[in-house]
Amino acid sequence: MDGANIRKALSMMDERGSGEGAGYVAYGAFPEFAECYAIHVFFDTVHETKPAVDQELAKWGTIIHEEEIPTYEQQNLRKIHTPWRYFFLPDPHLMPRSTTPEDDIVMHLVMKVNTTIPGALIYSSGKNIALFKASGWPEEVADFYRIQDYKGYLWLGHNRYPTNTPGWWGGAHPFNLLHWSVVHNGEITSYGTNRRYIESYGYRCSMFTDTEVVAYLFDLLVRRHQLSPEIAVKALAPPFWDDIDRMPEKVARLNTAIRLTYGPALMNGPFAIVVARPDAIVGFTDRIKLRPLVTGTSGSKLYISSEEAAIRIMEPGVGDITMPRAGEPIIGRVVA
Amino acid sequence: MTIGSVPVKFRITVDPDQCMLCGRCAENCPYDVFRIENNRMHVNSRKCVACHRCIAMCPRDAINIKERPVDYRSHPVWTTEIREAIYNQARTGKIILAGMGNAQPYPVIFDSLVLDACQVTNPSIDPLREPMELRTYLGKKPSRLEIKEDSDGVDVLTTLAPNLKLETPIMIGHMSYGAISLNAQQSIARAVSDMGTYMGTGEGGLHQSLYPYQSHMIVQVASGRFGVDINYLERGAAIEIKIGQGAKPGIGGHLPGEKVCEDVSCTRMIPVGSDAISPAPHHDIYSIEDLKQLVRSLKEATEWKKPVFVKIAAVHNAAAIAAGIARSSADVVVIDGFRGGTGAAPKVFRDHVGIPIEAAIASVDAKLRAQGIRNQVSLIASGGIRESADVAKVIALGADAVYIGTAALVAMGCRVCGTCYRGLCPWGIATQRPDLVARLDPEVASKNVANLIHAWTLELSELMGAAGINSIGSLRGNRDRLRGYLLDESMMNVLDVKSVGA
Repeated sequence: MDGANIRKALSMMDERGSGEGAGYVAYGAFPEFAECYAIHVFFDTVHETKPAVDQELAKWGTIIHEEEIPTYEQQNLRKIHTPWRYFFLPDPHLMPRSTTPEDDIVMHLVMKVNTTIPGALIYSSGKNIALFKASGWPEEVADFYRIQDYKGYLWLGHNRYPTNTPGWWGGAHPFNLLHWSVVHNGEITSYGTNRRYIESYGYRCSMFTDTEVVAYLFDLLVRRHQLSPEIAVKALAPPFWDDIDRMPEKVARLNTAIRLTYGPALMNGPFAIVVARPDAIVGFTDRIKLRPLVTGTSGSKLYISSEEAAIRIMEPGVGDITMPRAGEPIIGRVVA
Repeated sequence: MTIGSVPVKFRITVDPDQCMLCGRCAENCPYDVFRIENNRMHVNSRKCVACHRCIAMCPRDAINIKERPVDYRSHPVWTTEIREAIYNQARTGKIILAGMGNAQPYPVIFDSLVLDACQVTNPSIDPLREPMELRTYLGKKPSRLEIKEDSDGVDVLTTLAPNLKLETPIMIGHMSYGAISLNAQQSIARAVSDMGTYMGTGEGGLHQSLYPYQSHMIVQVASGRFGVDINYLERGAAIEIKIGQGAKPGIGGHLPGEKVCEDVSCTRMIPVGSDAISPAPHHDIYSIEDLKQLVRSLKEATEWKKPVFVKIAAVHNAAAIAAGIARSSADVVVIDGFRGGTGAAPKVFRDHVGIPIEAAIASVDAKLRAQGIRNQVSLIASGGIRESADVAKVIALGADAVYIGTAALVAMGCRVCGTCYRGLCPWGIATQRPDLVARLDPEVASKNVANLIHAWTLELSELMGAAGINSIGSLRGNRDRLRGYLLDESMMNVLDVKSVGA
């Protein structure tokens, strides 16, 4: 799929934004560099800060290719950063004790650059993943990057109504860390708890927004703790104790264990979230569904959106629009 | 007559127009303030401690108490309290004893912290319409879960350590039988059983009449080891090793022989009338590794079925000590702040040693997180929790649950007169004199204590709902939902909170 369709879908929901942030992510966008980590950086000024980032990357591996991300001037969109992408191969021998050395090197680089190099922000770092975001309306951002020129098998898009960090490109969704990308509608009232929890596992929150903890939590639970996405969602939006008390013993034991172990990962507050990784996509809402989420399928395609209208404009023939219950994960798997 | 008598602390007046000489005041006052002779009321104000028993019992509201009716020449440094302490010690040459908690006018940090609520960008949650979860589990949690998923279903491979299940994060701290009466303990025991929470036995053993409530009781092993045997350990829902107490960090305890009646002697396992002296340190714990051994011994004795708590007073190095405890097999660390109450403590300790619970919990929680061992223990905050807002604030600073003590006593009638150490509590709480104990009806007092826990739990639900949070776990350590109001910057750094407006 190219990006033209999702641009149309988001433009149906301009009502939900304020023209101060939008973004898209495409999985499978760089087949020619599929094995490289596509590290996307916003530079405030290329000549001042890029050497520091180059140097940091060179310490940990090889830059196979790099380029300024092509952009096309839009009337209302002020280009305050220069978006850049590196195709990077980390050297696994440099992190000998890790079982996933490449991922850990790239994660380290993201945390290091974002917390120690002012004027540079790594906003995406996964293999074969292209991320496009800026401050503007969704159509403008799409045209700014010409996302119709990119093809992917899995797309996420987001239209932002910022209240906290308006106009800041880094604050637009989707958020990405390694293979994970997240779009989020809502506000996480447990952010302080979630952030302190995730930081004690070595993650550093640097985006000034609650959404990034979702990416980190999925990375921790699914990649590092090897839990399935279903179990991860049970940890983030668990059933209530009253419901657990009524479950059959074995299921109750599982849910109790999840809540005890991952209590600080529980996300509170209103949200609808879609998380993607190369082989799957997961959509879910908070435990009492304070934000909308609808899904639809057409053939082998799965659509997840805040509004039915956005799905219908992409797929007029969609047959089975459904509204998942609170906390119930909607999982799509990539079939090769 | 070098010093002479100091002015009375309280002046009692009885309005003769109202008083009908019914004599209830005289019957109720164990300090012998009132005497009726020849149809006249005689009052000895010097004996009054302002326990308010007479006022509560007077049918005509005839009695009035005025504090410090006599002025000293005012002086900001040589305060009345300082001067009177010197007169007292010049006369006696002794350590001054005091009851209840810290009485110095230090600023209360809780009162300079404000909570958050939702507006527009996220909806607040109405606890009357939506589920609100205050259930809390105390004990070790695994750092990660191993799960096997196959065609037979999902299996948890990780073994969970035993945890205590609380329906509300409000527990009642350790006040021993001896320090308080059996009726007081029974009232508290019924209340916690009804509310799905727990109480501590204190270092006084477990009286037989409390066995029906043992599944809601945490038995204590303190430095005197009074009342400890295998029967006691096995009856408790959990075991607490008491290292120290917020009201008197670094020193032991002393139950005077007069309070050791037959019943107290049985539960404490000491002779009738003998002083029960708990040494300052545990004489088998001279280092952190010794503590670890004691924790393991207690675990072995009870077949690893019960969580073990370790209580320390909030001292300057509490964070590092807690990190050491978290590395042992202990499941819960209790931090007792310097406002914690006591039956009797040297005044100099009560008022000057230790740190406030707000700062202690914040630094302990931060230290455990920094070392990646926060899941190894639960944290209980105690010492100076006065209202539901304090509970919400201290949980937001990192506690899992709280112990209350004084607040529960106040719910049973205590007027915070601070004279517990004399054993004459007119409310039947901090006394063993049978006629006084009989004044406290466990039927009624248990309801009062349960009401208090219930009311605070409701308020906590409302505060959480307003903050858009429906699980207590999402408030825990959520310092983003607190702001410091006119706190200085170094204190805000310790608490890891921002200023109001920031």
